[in-house]
Amino acid sequence: MAAVQETVDRVKAIDVDQYKYGFETVLETEKAPKGLSEDTVRYISAKKNEPEWMTQWRLDAFRRWQTMVEPTWARVDYPKIDYQDAYYYSEPKNFSGPDSLDDVDPEILKTYEKLGIPLREQELLAGVKTSKVAVDAVFDSVSVATTFKEELKKVGVIFCPISEAIREHPELVKKYLGSVVPASDNFFATLNSAVFTDGSFVYIPEGVRCPMELSTYFRINERNTGQFERTLIIADKGSYVSYLEGCTAPQRDEHQLHAAVVELVALEDAEIKYSTVQNWFPGDAEGKGGIYNFVTKRGDCRGDRSKISWTQVETGSAITWKYPSCILRGNGSNGEFYSIAISNGRQQVDSGTKMIHLGKNTTSRIISKGIAAGKSDNTYRGQVSAHRKASNARNFTNCDSLLIGDQCGAHTVPYIESKNASAVFEHEATTSKISDDQMFYCMQRGLSDEEAVALIVNGFVKDVLQHLPMEFAVEAQKLISISLEGSVG
Amino acid sequence: MLEIRNLVVDIDDKRILNGLNLTVNKGEVAAIMGPNGSGKSTLSYVISGKEDYTVVDGEILLDGENILELDPAERAALGVFLAFQYPLEIPGVGTMTFLKAVMNAQRKARGEAELTTPDLMRRVREAAEELSINQEMLKRPLNFGFSGGEKKRMEILQMALLEPKLCILDETDSGLDIDALKIVADGVNALRSPDRSFLVITHYQRLLDYIVPDTVHVMANGRIVRTGGKELALELEANGYADYRQQAAE
Repeated sequence: MAAVQETVDRVKAIDVDQYKYGFETVLETEKAPKGLSEDTVRYISAKKNEPEWMTQWRLDAFRRWQTMVEPTWARVDYPKIDYQDAYYYSEPKNFSGPDSLDDVDPEILKTYEKLGIPLREQELLAGVKTSKVAVDAVFDSVSVATTFKEELKKVGVIFCPISEAIREHPELVKKYLGSVVPASDNFFATLNSAVFTDGSFVYIPEGVRCPMELSTYFRINERNTGQFERTLIIADKGSYVSYLEGCTAPQRDEHQLHAAVVELVALEDAEIKYSTVQNWFPGDAEGKGGIYNFVTKRGDCRGDRSKISWTQVETGSAITWKYPSCILRGNGSNGEFYSIAISNGRQQVDSGTKMIHLGKNTTSRIISKGIAAGKSDNTYRGQVSAHRKASNARNFTNCDSLLIGDQCGAHTVPYIESKNASAVFEHEATTSKISDDQMFYCMQRGLSDEEAVALIVNGFVKDVLQHLPMEFAVEAQKLISISLEGSVG
Repeated sequence: MLEIRNLVVDIDDKRILNGLNLTVNKGEVAAIMGPNGSGKSTLSYVISGKEDYTVVDGEILLDGENILELDPAERAALGVFLAFQYPLEIPGVGTMTFLKAVMNAQRKARGEAELTTPDLMRRVREAAEELSINQEMLKRPLNFGFSGGEKKRMEILQMALLEPKLCILDETDSGLDIDALKIVADGVNALRSPDRSFLVITHYQRLLDYIVPDTVHVMANGRIVRTGGKELALELEANGYADYRQQAAE
C-alpha cells in the first residue's frame, strides 16, 4: 500500500488546491466567432481542410440538432446551457499541424510535461517506463502531437488525429464514422457530429496485435470553449488493441462543456480494451465552475466472437452524463464494463452502461463501483437487454455503492429487458457506508483518517482497478485518494 | 506506564465511567473483571481514543504524558494497541496490504524508516507461524469471512507485529473454543516482557487460567471497586459479581 502513503503525501503537498491540473497555459489562440450556426460548422470544417462530404455530414447533423430537445431524464440538475454563449473552436495561434514536434509551441509541450505526459519519443524511451505508450495529445480543438506513428505504421496500425484520417483515409472514415453512434443518436452526440474538432483515429489491420498501448490525452485550456472530440477505433478481424484516454482542464469559475463521441468497432475475433481516467475539473466545493461532461461512448461487437471492454475511472467533472455501451451483434461476442465513479463536493454523476444483446450466445459483465462523498449525488443507470434472437444471452451485473458522510446520495437505476426466454440476467446491488467502527479500527492501528479512507476505498474498488493497465491503475489509485481529500472529518 | 486518574466519561449524557483510578506498571499484566455493563469496554475505547465518548474529567497518562488530546493514530504510534472484541472486516483490502500500511504508518509517525517488502514478509511469516496463521489467510481481505477464532488470532498477529507498549485485550476470549483460546493465550504470553504492559479485560475467569495476571481489578458501575492478586479472579468465579454491584451502587 505504498501508493496510499504516496497519495497522502501528494495530497498534503497540494494543500488547498486539491485539483492539481488546474493551471492555465497562457497562449495566443485563434477562435471561431462565438456562438453556433451553419457558419460555425463551415468554419470548423474549413479549418480542418475537410472534403465536401464531411462538411455536408456536419451540416446535416447541425440541422437535425436544431430540431432536438436537450434530454432531462438523467438525475442531474444544472442551469440551462446557452449554446450561443460559447466558442466551438480554438487553436493555438500559428498552429501548422502536428507534423513536427519542433514546431509545437514550447508552452504546450511544457503543459503536457506538467501533466506528466511526455510527447518526445526519446523522453518516453529514456524514461523509467518499461512499456511503451503512444500518445495523441489534443489541446482544445486540435491534436498537437502524436507519438510513435512511424513505428506503428510498420505493422500497419494507423494512429492519427481524426482530422488527418478524414483527409488521408477517407474510405475508412466514410465506412465507419457514425456507424455506431449515428449523427442522429442523441442531443449531445448530434451536436458533436456537427462541431467535433479533433480526437483520435485508430485502425488495427487484420490479425495484428497492436505492439503498444495507444492513448489520447485531452486538455481543455481556453476559456469559454467547449471541447467536442471524436474518437473512432476500428479493430479488424482477429486484431487486438488497448487504448487509454485521459483528460484534464484548468480550474475556472465558469462551467465548460465537453460533449464527446467515441465509437468502437470490433470485427470478427477482434478485441478492444478501452480505458478512461477522467479527471476534468470538478468545480470547487461550493459547485462553482467545473466541466459539464456529456459523452456518448459506444462499442459495436460487429463480428462473431469479438470483444469490447470498457474500464473507466471517473473522478472529475461537475456533471457526468456518460454510458459507455456495447452492442453485442456478433454471435458469441462479449462486452464488459468496469467502472469506478467517485463524486465529492457538489459533483453530480449519472453514469452506467448499456449491454444490448442481439447475437446468439452473447455474454456481458458489468461491475460498477460508485463512491459518493461530500454533498454529491452518484447514480448508476444501466440497461441490459436481449433481442428476440439473442438466445442464451448472459449478463452478470454487480453495482456497489459506498457512501462517505451523511450528505451525499447513491442511486441505482437498472433497466432489464429480455425478449428471449433463454437469456439469463443476474443483477446484484449493494449500498454500504464506511462505518465509524471501521475508521476507528484502522486509526487504532496507526492510520490517519485520510489514510484509512484511502485504504478502505481502494479495497472497495479493487475488482475494477485490476482491469486497468498497470501504470494507469497506480495513477487511478492516487487519483481516487486525491478526489476524496477533505471527505472526512 | 499507564496511570488513569479520576476518569469520568459520558456517552450521550449517560455516565459510564465514574471517577475511575487505575495504575498499570511497566511489565505488569493487569486483569479487569466485572459484570456486563460495568464500563469495561468503554474503558478500552477511551484509552485508545474512540470518538463518541465525552471525557468529563480526569486524565490518562502514558509514561507520564496525558494522551487524552491525541487522536487514535497518534496514541497507536505511542504504543497503545487494542485487540478488539469484535474485529472489523475490511472488504477488498488484503491482509498483507493492511499489515504493511499500518506497520509503516506507525514507523513513519515515530520517524523510523519504512520496512522493505522482504523484511515485512519475513516478520509477518514468522509471527504468523507462531499463531498457526497460514499463508492463505494472509492473502484474504482482512477479517473478511474469518471465523471468530481466526479474527482473534489476527488481532494477536497485529499486536505481535506492531510491538506496542500497552496491549489492551477486550474480551479476547469471547467466542473462542478451548483450542483457539490456547493458541491466543500462548501468543499473548510470548509477548510478555518487562517493557510491555497488558490490560486484560474479561468477564470470565477462564482466560486468566491461560494468561495469568499479576493483578486483578474488579470494576463495577464505572469504577474500580477492588484490587487484588490473581487469586481474586478465582474468588469472583465462585461468588459472582453480586456483592460488588451492590457495593458500587451504595
